[in-house]
Amino acid sequence: MTDAIALLVVVPIVLALAPIAFGRLWDRTGWLAALLAGLAHLGLALVVAATVFSTGRFTYAVGNYRPPFGIELVADGVSATLALLVSIVTLAVVVYARRAGPDTNEFYSGLLILTAGISGVFVTGDLFNLYVFIEITGLATYALVATGRSPAAALSSLKYLLVGTIGASLYLLGVGYLYISTGTLNMADLAATIPEVGYDSPLILTGFGLIVVGLAVKAALFPLHTWQPDAYADSPDSVTAYISALVSTAAAYALFRVIYAVFTPAFDAATPFALDALVILASVSVVVGSVLAVLQSDLKRMLAYSSVAQFGLIVAGFAVANATAVTGGLIHLVGHAIMKAGLFVGVGALAGVAGGRTVDDFAGVADRAPVTSAAFAILAFALVGVPPAVGFAGKWHIVLGAVEGGRWGVAVVAVVSTLLTLAYFARVVERMYFRDAAAEPAGDADGPPVDAPATDGALASDGGSGGSGVDVDPDDDASVTPEDGDGSAPDASAVSIEAKAVVVAAAVGAVVLGLFATDLVSVFEPVLEVYFE
Amino acid sequence: MIDLLSTHYNYLVFVALVGIGLYGVTASSNLVKKIIGLNVFQVGIFLFFVTSGYVDGAAPPVVGHGSGPFASPLPHVLILTAIVVGVSLTAVALALVVRIYDAYGTLDEEAIREVQLND
Repeated sequence: MTDAIALLVVVPIVLALAPIAFGRLWDRTGWLAALLAGLAHLGLALVVAATVFSTGRFTYAVGNYRPPFGIELVADGVSATLALLVSIVTLAVVVYARRAGPDTNEFYSGLLILTAGISGVFVTGDLFNLYVFIEITGLATYALVATGRSPAAALSSLKYLLVGTIGASLYLLGVGYLYISTGTLNMADLAATIPEVGYDSPLILTGFGLIVVGLAVKAALFPLHTWQPDAYADSPDSVTAYISALVSTAAAYALFRVIYAVFTPAFDAATPFALDALVILASVSVVVGSVLAVLQSDLKRMLAYSSVAQFGLIVAGFAVANATAVTGGLIHLVGHAIMKAGLFVGVGALAGVAGGRTVDDFAGVADRAPVTSAAFAILAFALVGVPPAVGFAGKWHIVLGAVEGGRWGVAVVAVVSTLLTLAYFARVVERMYFRDAAAEPAGDADGPPVDAPATDGALASDGGSGGSGVDVDPDDDASVTPEDGDGSAPDASAVSIEAKAVVVAAAVGAVVLGLFATDLVSVFEPVLEVYFE
Repeated sequence: MIDLLSTHYNYLVFVALVGIGLYGVTASSNLVKKIIGLNVFQVGIFLFFVTSGYVDGAAPPVVGHGSGPFASPLPHVLILTAIVVGVSLTAVALALVVRIYDAYGTLDEEAIREVQLND
């Protein structure tokens, strides 16, 4: 049964070969392989979760080499939850990408390699192994960003590659410093040997700094975020949804493990300035990210800068270094993944109806796609932190922990960021619901959609009772759109049924997760108890 | 100072390579030169690992190959993995460069930015 934890990585990697091997025989191989891998991953993640909840933390020695020398995989409440998150997001994106594209065999191969890399980050208990998985994640992400048709996508991908590789290399250098001072790479073993070297040893402190900066590049904290808005804006919608949900999440999770499993809270007690610096970096990231998000007119860029702010908040929660704040950071990590993936799919789906991706294009879109718009609005308010959604639970614990730890700055920053988040989402939701569509709603989109939205827009301006008695609601005739998913979204006239399902599922998930936030807390509690004993 | 140079020159080379590499990535506006800089930067880090595993006069840790001190093979094995990662990254980067050159007809970052602004 403990083999399931290794299979979480092995199954997607093996199935990633299937589209390449059999794609010539049958061109739907990729989608089927991705769906199978997603379902298998979900099954394995459930097995791991069930084992964790019945027996507690368990480990797996790769190749039967005993842990301090061999590579160790570890499953506890946090990694099991995040493994489940990976399965769910993978399945959602596979369902969404079938219609929205890029629906090619190469895309699904890349997606599965990315799934394997991220799963590896979540289950490994070895610092060098973590580097390898971070680089697998990175390589697959660069390839997926470049699946965007525009030449700008290739340029964004190269920019991401240059910055991301430097980040990962700095992480590797930091691991090297820890290795030459302690002689081990196993996380649990490092936690025992670092105190023997001394927390204030220059090698240990430099190693910590290099690792934190390297992972902060990958998690896109300000000012190391420069790759992220371009990469999110220029990649296809399904890729953006996937990487925004999981790639930065993997880096933030790695940061959590490094701070608590390797350096432990005793390091914070001995050298408080290390985490103080991280708190400042994260707080600046929250404020600057939110302000930059308010300034954007392109919705994908706005959501990208919003991620800079939200990851700042998550890392601030980790850096406050008490159990409540770290719990909040972890809840927000899971919640942000679901909400941001749903929001990006929502933008992609609504952009087809609205004819563009800017805030102004979205004017009056709620009348033309009521269900998707409602789900989008719910997700937006969930990310703002309106109870009972999961965004509230995460921020509440972070603020509570910050107050407990006497870090008033973090508490203030969290509240300010909530207001700024409201500012940039409110103007989108306001345009969606309370503005009429522009004079020529599908002005630059040629072809069939010109008729339907125009009549619908007229109906809406008559009294906003769109769809009650008239059956031209374009949200419902998704099944007749002859879209073969070649990535050219703007000429879709309605929201596809897959996209609608994914956005609604994300909205429901965000609210349900918020209602069960106390259960999530009790899942994370045993893990944190070990660190904060 | 001279003492440091003669005993720790390998670490000084590591620092120099990392610095030259970072300078190459940031200062050059040519995308291929940026990738070369990235490679130099990574090689510096590889050198750090490999040189830290070197023990003067040590035997390989293989049964029947002399008696201690033994050199740990682990840093070298780690770097074999890291070299593979580096080669894959270079391959992906060069593939992207080919696509960028096809689209813009130049590899100069400034020139590409001008093309993008004109669009």
